[in-house]
Amino acid sequence: MLIHIIKKLAQMVPLLVGITLISFVVIHLAPGEPTDLQTEMNPEASTELKERLRTEYGLDKPLLVQYGTWVKRLVQLDFGRSFSQDRRPVWDKIIERLPITLLINLLSMGLIILTAVPLGIAAAVKRDSWFDRITTLLVFAGFAAPSFWLALLLMDWLGVYLGVVPVSGVKSFGYEYLSRVEQVLDVAHHLILPVFISAIGGVAGFSRYMRSNMLEVIRQDYILTARAKGLSERVVIGKHALRNALLPLITILGLAVPGLIGGSVIFESIFAIPGMGKLFYDGVMMRDYPLIMGILVIGAVMTLAGNMLADVGYALADPRIRRR
Amino acid sequence: MKPGIFAIHPAMGALRLLPGLLPRLVLILFLTLGVNGCRENRTTAVESDTDTAVAYGDTIIMGTIGDATNLLAPLASDASSSAIIGHVYNGLIRYDKDMRLVGDLAESWDVSADGREITFHLRRGVTWHDGEPFTAADVMFTYRLMIDPKTPTAYADRYKQVEHASTPDPYTFKVRYAEPLAPALVSWAMGICPAHLLAGEDITTSALARSPIGTGPFRFVKWEPGERIVLERNEDYFGGAPYIKRIVYSIVPDTTTMFLELQSGGLDYMGLTPLQYARQTDTPAFSRRFNKFRYPAFVYTYLGYNLRKPMFQDKRVRQAISYAIDKQEIVDGVLLGLGQPATGPYKPGSWPYNPDVQRYLYAPDKARALLDAAGWKSSGTDKIRQKEGQKLAFTIVTNQGNDQRIKAGEIIQRRLQEVGIEVKLRVIEWASFLKEFIQPGNFDATILGWTIPVDPDGYNIWHSSKTGAQELNFIAYCNPEVDRLLEQGRRVLDIEQRKPIYYKLQQILAEDVPYTFLYVPDALPVVARRFHGIKEAPAGIMYNFEKWYVPQSQQKYER
Repeated sequence: MLIHIIKKLAQMVPLLVGITLISFVVIHLAPGEPTDLQTEMNPEASTELKERLRTEYGLDKPLLVQYGTWVKRLVQLDFGRSFSQDRRPVWDKIIERLPITLLINLLSMGLIILTAVPLGIAAAVKRDSWFDRITTLLVFAGFAAPSFWLALLLMDWLGVYLGVVPVSGVKSFGYEYLSRVEQVLDVAHHLILPVFISAIGGVAGFSRYMRSNMLEVIRQDYILTARAKGLSERVVIGKHALRNALLPLITILGLAVPGLIGGSVIFESIFAIPGMGKLFYDGVMMRDYPLIMGILVIGAVMTLAGNMLADVGYALADPRIRRR
Repeated sequence: MKPGIFAIHPAMGALRLLPGLLPRLVLILFLTLGVNGCRENRTTAVESDTDTAVAYGDTIIMGTIGDATNLLAPLASDASSSAIIGHVYNGLIRYDKDMRLVGDLAESWDVSADGREITFHLRRGVTWHDGEPFTAADVMFTYRLMIDPKTPTAYADRYKQVEHASTPDPYTFKVRYAEPLAPALVSWAMGICPAHLLAGEDITTSALARSPIGTGPFRFVKWEPGERIVLERNEDYFGGAPYIKRIVYSIVPDTTTMFLELQSGGLDYMGLTPLQYARQTDTPAFSRRFNKFRYPAFVYTYLGYNLRKPMFQDKRVRQAISYAIDKQEIVDGVLLGLGQPATGPYKPGSWPYNPDVQRYLYAPDKARALLDAAGWKSSGTDKIRQKEGQKLAFTIVTNQGNDQRIKAGEIIQRRLQEVGIEVKLRVIEWASFLKEFIQPGNFDATILGWTIPVDPDGYNIWHSSKTGAQELNFIAYCNPEVDRLLEQGRRVLDIEQRKPIYYKLQQILAEDVPYTFLYVPDALPVVARRFHGIKEAPAGIMYNFEKWYVPQSQQKYER
């Protein structure tokens, strides 16, 4: 088992180099440079400034040399300074936005699992019943509705018309005057809508997935055996079927790990949440290479780590895999 | 109004939405469920317009689409940063409500008879927000900072024209130029930086970029990145402490959300979109709580022709296109009538604006005649005109993210088709748009906008020496008489003498049509009704922000 893990870890190194090298080259191939955007189309900007900035940022050197410099800094865990006008360390920019994105993603992931699993099982067990049909319909409606549209409708209804939840943002103005408990409540209050909206598509997809897993498991011989033994339906479903149907969940959760640090630009813009999605999007639009690379590296590491967790999790949960 | 610097950014169009000079405002969130930090006076907050007595206090929450980037005046060039800088710093001079230059940190100034030397007499007794006194040494430091090659500022050029700068005493600052330069005076409206905090520091990593210290009416309190920036009034402000106690700039990237936030009471100020202004705010409930304003913004949108393309080298073709476009239709369709057709690069009503130029009112017949005369004829069944086997067809490029430009392009496309010109429209992401199309001159025509600078000097945009790869005369316009007028205009300081020069310039531009000037949109700010003392002027409404106030009984935020 341990050897298995070490082997996996060793494989990650060349993979990581490959991922960063490709991303580095690709973002530099995109037309436009950070210096263009800071100096271009500004009647007062001089062209010298642009040359000076290029030298300062090292953009005048060959691409591979730039990559070398970047890697050298990275191994010392230095992500460099942003090319945008604030020139702050990339790490600072990422770390101030990470918590809120993580929080929303974790909450919404929790909400998805808590609602989608029972929903999927119930739909599978009562296959073709009215309950199954109605959930199918609702779930597809939820899946099909554009989330920005749903978000705006709910903001208008709950936020403006009824005034029961805040329209946008994550904290009230005057937050710092609140007590600890009030602060937690305040943030929770602000997150009701965003978490609900970000979970809704996931619930739809996930419950369908759960339902089809369950249906497949129910058809297996060992379920037939369990029933033949005269076990109650409750034990058959709750114990024998459910545990097997949950197996693929491990893969999905593993794959979802890198998603935890990602955010959607549209979603964050609509709710005015200062998260990772907007940071990354603005970075790309400004061609802020160090920032883009910083986020990509973290994403790559989390993807690899997530895959590995899924592998290990599977091995722990499923003896068939462990034996191989 | 008192912008820290004059960021002239058509780029605003790409990432932000509209006008450049006025701060964009709005958003914050308030809170409802009893959890409420700054207790609101809910019972009294509503608008009895009867009490209008001037009072100190209250907070204004203003929305902005983008976060600020850098709060040091020399390094900032985006609208959000400029708005904050305008509250925190002062320049030596500023614009008043009629867009005339008046003293700010300088009590007065003299220009020598030959127009080459400016002497600023600085205000005494001004202190920085940390209590240190402001002197001519700070001005000298700021000047040196601007010309230091290590300072990555976009605004070095104007300061480099200075031949000699000196501080004969702590309250006098003198600059001498090699030649008289009209836009030179304006350059001293830029925010002056504190020498005692920045001297010897690397300005690119200075802490002041995130927590500025200035001399202005408001002092910086805190910045929560991506969420809000808070300023509080400077009780020791030399112009008298502002009435409003606190400004909160709240960042809401989406205008629809911003509008919902405004309606829910979380915002006191925002810039409306034309749609919101015209269709969503005409309810009694809205006007009971908000005042809407409307005045021309400092921007114009144009259709520019790449004059390197043979097709556009014939002036008659450009004129014909101008006649074929119905500008009023664009104003009505794109801006819902909240704007006006543009006739040149200046703001209607400002001093350099010449109202008597060729206007190209919609006249498709004239367009057809001009095209016929230029040799572009439509033959038989094919509606598209041809000349020597070549079709009269071109592509308009514009940047992604600005719906108004895209819609204007679509309207133009249809109108030109009616006179036998085939037009394709291409929308490209901003960075690629600059790099692949505009800079290398690789386009036929483009729809873009310029911020209208307060000084009419348009040297960088129209002069034939500015057609290089990175430069702003990217349409390669070249007219010796225009060159001569531009050179002359920036060497004369007196407005009355400059006026005829820029009048003439506009006539030539109207005749030559290097651009078809499309429209000047209106700025559409909305402010919560409890704010009094707002007076609309040519400069907009923000110029007297320090004098805005909320009568005691209507104040909403106690703390």
